Amino acid sequence: MSDAEIIAPATAFETEAAVTDYILAQEDKDQLRFLTCGSVDDGKSTLIGRLLYDTKLIFEDQLAALEKDSRRHGTVGEDIDLALLVDGLEAEREQGITIDVAYRFFATEKRKFIVADTPGHEQYTRNMATGASTADLAVLLVDARNGLMVQTRRHAFIASLLGIRHVVLAINKIDLVDYSQERFEAIKAEFETFAASFEFETQQAIPMSARFGDNVTGKSDKLAWFQGPTLLEHLETVKIGEEELSQPFRLPVQWVNRPNLDFRGYSGTIAGGTVSVGEELVVAASGKTSKVEKIITPEGERNSARAGEAVTVTLVDEIDISRGDLLASSVSRPDVADQLAAHLIWMSDDAMLPGRSYLMKIGSKTVTATVTEIKHKVNVNTFEHVAGKQLQLNEIGFCNLSMSVPVAFDPYEVNRQTGSFILIDRVTNATVGAGMVWFALRRATNIHWQALDVDKSARAHGLGQTPAVLWFTGLSGSGKSTIASMVEKKLHMEGRHTYALDGDNVRHGLNRDLGFTDADRVENIRRVGEVAKLFVDAGLITLTSFISPFQAERQMARELVGEGEFIEIFVDTPIEECKKRDPKGLYEKAEKGEIKNFTGIDSPYERPENAEVVLKTVGRDPEDIAEEVIEYLRANNYLVSPVFVDEGSGI
Amino acid sequence: MDVSADGLSQQRLSNLRRLEAESIHIIREVAAEFRNPVMLYSIGKDSSVMLHLAMKAFYPSKPPFPLLHVDTTWKFREMIQFRDETAKRLGLDLIVYTNPHGKADNINPFDHGSSAYTHVMKTEALKQALDKYGFDAAFGGARRDEEKSRAKERVFSFRNASHAWDPKNQRPELWSLYNARVSKGESIRAFPLSNWTELDIWQYILTEDIPMVPLYFAAERPVVERDGMLIMRDDERLKLQDGEKVENKMVRFRTLGCYPLTGAIESDADTLPAIVKEMLIARTSERSGRLIDHDDAASMEKKKREGYF
Repeated sequence: MSDAEIIAPATAFETEAAVTDYILAQEDKDQLRFLTCGSVDDGKSTLIGRLLYDTKLIFEDQLAALEKDSRRHGTVGEDIDLALLVDGLEAEREQGITIDVAYRFFATEKRKFIVADTPGHEQYTRNMATGASTADLAVLLVDARNGLMVQTRRHAFIASLLGIRHVVLAINKIDLVDYSQERFEAIKAEFETFAASFEFETQQAIPMSARFGDNVTGKSDKLAWFQGPTLLEHLETVKIGEEELSQPFRLPVQWVNRPNLDFRGYSGTIAGGTVSVGEELVVAASGKTSKVEKIITPEGERNSARAGEAVTVTLVDEIDISRGDLLASSVSRPDVADQLAAHLIWMSDDAMLPGRSYLMKIGSKTVTATVTEIKHKVNVNTFEHVAGKQLQLNEIGFCNLSMSVPVAFDPYEVNRQTGSFILIDRVTNATVGAGMVWFALRRATNIHWQALDVDKSARAHGLGQTPAVLWFTGLSGSGKSTIASMVEKKLHMEGRHTYALDGDNVRHGLNRDLGFTDADRVENIRRVGEVAKLFVDAGLITLTSFISPFQAERQMARELVGEGEFIEIFVDTPIEECKKRDPKGLYEKAEKGEIKNFTGIDSPYERPENAEVVLKTVGRDPEDIAEEVIEYLRANNYLVSPVFVDEGSGI
Repeated sequence: MDVSADGLSQQRLSNLRRLEAESIHIIREVAAEFRNPVMLYSIGKDSSVMLHLAMKAFYPSKPPFPLLHVDTTWKFREMIQFRDETAKRLGLDLIVYTNPHGKADNINPFDHGSSAYTHVMKTEALKQALDKYGFDAAFGGARRDEEKSRAKERVFSFRNASHAWDPKNQRPELWSLYNARVSKGESIRAFPLSNWTELDIWQYILTEDIPMVPLYFAAERPVVERDGMLIMRDDERLKLQDGEKVENKMVRFRTLGCYPLTGAIESDADTLPAIVKEMLIARTSERSGRLIDHDDAASMEKKKREGYF
């Protein structure tokens, strides 16, 4: 039993019409799904019990039963043990621990909440991942006395891996450290440092005592120094999930609805975006397109529908569509591939072995799949990448998988519904693995690429320019970005089509999972190189400003594009000058050891040996330096339309 | 709520619409993945909502599975009438099954106790029915908020060939990817209403105007007071004990089951809004009206392990 969230006094409902209005007004109530994670004894069950208790969901007879139970199993003397409200199964009660995922419900005027209660034991990564897969937000509990534990790091990591963008750091048992602000601030600061790389959209630390109710649902006098919201206030107001409406449209077909020969509908739950009557859709795997004729929703026929709705659509044309197909926006198509790279969480006692055949359920499609390679395993406590030949229970691996037929999907980061899959053991039928797609592997992404008959030269011709990568390399503070930005402005004023890639627009999005270790720097440059290649393919003059310290990666980026399309520009500013400029104070921090792996200090910079352009910057006006680059481009015919030998035949 | 020019809301779906869509997704998934599914229809409010959702899920087609009612022979007469009318109105196949051995032995709640009676006439009967028709999936209207052991149950709950549930060995269930694989003899119990609460149910009934058994609404009914509960004397089989007398009272039922085991509450709520109003200020939990849960502390979990829904 739950619910009567709304403990409005009976007198508020003088007439039935008022009740009806009141209930119908609840129609707009939002839903938030969150999970709670913490180590044993952090007080997780007590916190959930407190939320349920305080939101008055615990009815008198449940309380009566609870008092009886507390005397038998309770751990807090004659007080009611709130944890007993939520620890379900008999065996767990005997052990005094929660061992599986359980779901709780409560509601306020603003939102209904579904809580996934997951255990904090070492061996239960799979349970937490299960709870996290459907959650919008994670509440990470820590005991104020102990501060951050190895488990806290693990929980933050798994939350991030499963795509949760909002976290609450619940610093519990603050009563046991005398409601100390100093203690709270110290734990909060430590968390912010280590969680920075996860780049959660919101990250709220709240001091609380679940046992005594401080700052859970009501403000506490004892925590008067804390200016932030209570846990419940935050949960009621945090903005979540609006991005799902702006995603490209996706509809995995669950069921083909054929009541008679005159009606052929495709039923499924919209996994992203919106759709309207008349819009062109594509069957991802076959590439066939048609337009939406009707949209039938549970509420009747409609002109449009959006993410989350379970709909039935009919199309103008009769095309071959069956369960397992993915209907998608024809302008923004998913990947279709028979190989992909994914993070895989292993959930079975029997280890995952590369080469073994499993069933993969992805959207509404089930295919056979094998892991062809474990690229690395991730240590969930240190986030280190380690080598491995197999995956054991609760291990996470970054793997390549190969499927029996091409399937349609999106990267998990883009869409949690179309980017996720489970693996099923073919003999026991158990769910043994959960995967999050990272990207399609290139060999297989040819399905809709074949349809492209507009090529690079056609695009370049249309834009009236010769595409190229201007690859700026140099130390931090050498002036790469400043010069690149000026060059871009000059090109723009000449009517050239350009795009600039730099740390600001890449590190925060595409490469936000990367740090500054050598391995991550390599990957950073590899991705920048790939993106630059695509932009060149689109016909753009592409400017990249990255330290890119290693010769090997610059060479790799060079080889990704065609002959003459890669212009390496070495911004040659001596390190002494860079230190003197130090616009972000980074050298100072690096020399104190506050920043690790800093190029020029404790990480090497390999000077380019065959750069097309070398820019000396000391004592010069950046304007002049930028002009030097433009002159190079002009002199080498980059700023004129490419000449076609057989004009027009490319299109 | 922000509405764009084409009338499309720019917000996420509301709680109720989200629950509705999730349930429809689950119902369609079962219909698509299983060879021979069935929907358990218990006639109560949760079943009524589940059936309503099934009708929506396949519109304009009919749900591609029959309804199954396990009749203990002790249901309220009004329930049976409502059941038959509903199946007819919606044009659905209805299978009614009663444990023939229990019937032959006249197993009843008075002589055999509620626990043994429930085991034979409900749990055993259900297993017999599933075996007889070879159903490999059965929908149930259970909600996770009803009771503690339900809170841990999966949406697709795996049952072995003896229909037993193993709470320690449940399949992980991530995203909305449900594992529907079973071997011969094994089955899945599917719970499309897992994430609904009682208020959601009532709110949805009100919003969608779903027909309900009249027993939920207050009326003058003949009741006797027994073990602190008001039991309706639905027919002559309820024998009066010493000192008991039948009185006509304004009562209604918060849950429906076998009439000798289902307590009525005194109420004059005779419309849906009145019922919801009463629920909002209720001080008694839903299942306290059912005798079976009082038998022992973890009775529900035990029953579920044995194959009860």
